[in-house]
Amino acid sequence: MTQLIIISIYMALLLILGVFASRMFRGTKKDYLLASHSIGPFLLLMSLFGTTMTAFAMVGSSGEAYKEGIGVYGMLASSSGIVHSLCFFVIGVKIWSLGRRYGYTTQIEYFRDRLDSDLVGLLLFPILVGLVIPYLLLGVMAGGTVFQNLTAGAFPNVEFFQTKSPATNGGVPPAVGSLVICLVVLTYVFFGGMRGTAWANAFQTCVFMVLGLITFWVMANQIGGQESFIENLKVATGRVSHEYVTRVDMSKSRFFTYLLIPLSVGMFPHLFQHWLTAKSAETFKIPVICHPLFIMIVWVPCVLIGIWATTLELPPTIRPNAVLPFLVKTRTGDVLGGLLAAGILAAIMSSLDSQFLCLGTIFSNDIVGHYLGRDRFSDRQMVWLARGFIVAIVILTYVLSLQGYRSVFAMGVWCFSGFAALFPIVFLALYWRGLTAAGACAGILATMASWAYLFRESEFGANSKYSIHLADYELMPVVAIFACSLVATLTVSLVTPPPKEETIRRHFDLS
Amino acid sequence: MRNAIWIAVVVLVVLHQDNWFWDDDTLVFGFLPIGLAWHVGISVAAAFLWYLATVFAWPKGTDFVPEETDA
Repeated sequence: MTQLIIISIYMALLLILGVFASRMFRGTKKDYLLASHSIGPFLLLMSLFGTTMTAFAMVGSSGEAYKEGIGVYGMLASSSGIVHSLCFFVIGVKIWSLGRRYGYTTQIEYFRDRLDSDLVGLLLFPILVGLVIPYLLLGVMAGGTVFQNLTAGAFPNVEFFQTKSPATNGGVPPAVGSLVICLVVLTYVFFGGMRGTAWANAFQTCVFMVLGLITFWVMANQIGGQESFIENLKVATGRVSHEYVTRVDMSKSRFFTYLLIPLSVGMFPHLFQHWLTAKSAETFKIPVICHPLFIMIVWVPCVLIGIWATTLELPPTIRPNAVLPFLVKTRTGDVLGGLLAAGILAAIMSSLDSQFLCLGTIFSNDIVGHYLGRDRFSDRQMVWLARGFIVAIVILTYVLSLQGYRSVFAMGVWCFSGFAALFPIVFLALYWRGLTAAGACAGILATMASWAYLFRESEFGANSKYSIHLADYELMPVVAIFACSLVATLTVSLVTPPPKEETIRRHFDLS
Repeated sequence: MRNAIWIAVVVLVVLHQDNWFWDDDTLVFGFLPIGLAWHVGISVAAAFLWYLATVFAWPKGTDFVPEETDA
């Protein structure tokens, strides 16, 4: 019950933050969707980091390390440290500069303008929305699981809360936990818009980083059982078997090709919107430098806890994603357990908010505003339209989260693969005058077709080890999807007419 | 210098593929598996390299600041 009270207080704090942010709202669309380009280096760092670190950062990293060993750090974390910052540097800064000049709010707006084509926007719309929704589901469902694990035992006598597993019995059911998370995030996004989202992101990022380190310290002392912290670290890792402290069971070529996955950051629509909130191009410097270090601070402790967990007696039916919540619940005190629960939920919610806001923006800006005519709506009406769409998306996501509970976790890497395969299009749009609308459309269609084919081959994500093979090398499916996208974009661009000279000049001859 | 930064990024990506520590179970400082320690080093090196990039390879012509309007 103590944990539930602490989680409730944390949720209340977030609601207050959202209401406070709404008091600074200037009533304009630009302020609601882009915080009037007022976000400085610290807030940008925290909001970009909080947004890219999903449910996977704490729950998934420890769970994957429990399953696969230390290799997950190189595969997912150090690779992201290199590639995410590369995307901020190479894509984000340029997009910010163009966005400030020409007033973009979304990716679709940018591509329509850069390629003089409405069709590009029409093709991008379903693929972006279609890839963000499973990503949202990942967070909503992980939140529900965590909620249940961490409140287990709080309501032992409520029939609706009873389960067969001792790890979850008496806890708030996932459907209720997911609903609470959706409502809290919806409230501060609805009232606070992008400013509320950025503030909540910064607050939640601080919370999950600090509490993550405290978890690590407590767990090390608890598992090691020695006098000093360093001794505890040595004892805890010393018990871990060979396959978890090495990568003997991990394919080298699969590890290498996983490097393509973090390129997805270059095409995430919610990150595009965050980039445009920056006060100046210089604002990007701190996020570019600190992002790899922040990933390290969050991931190293979680990976170590994951491999230590392989030496502990856990329920045989426990799922990897439930390992960290289970350890927190069973091996820490009630107060600390509650705080750590808040930290895990913070990591989850700090991604959901940006995604909800971005989808609301795309619907109101790129569909209603674009096709019905922006002049027909006042700024105030556009804000209410965006809010209406945000509410609709939250409802849709919640309803979808009540369906097929497990399979969506396997969807995460497929969503990232889809976004990563679209990376060549944004890169070429920024750096190659020769990119044409037909080329971009061909790239998008090639991505959709190859993604759909391979996704079906993987039994719709059910086969989490699905790989493609080139000679004797085992490769991530993203390699094939990325190659199809790149080849189609380049080939078709070379044989089709480029956009108007004036358009190209506006995008490349910046002074 | 700009080219040197991009060469260094490629070198970092190559170093990321540390086949040489793949099945080495040495514990650095007695608690950190060497494969994990190497990648912690990669993370720190990435931060340093991106710092150098912001100093020596910052894109030109991006510091445009339009007149403020609130629409």
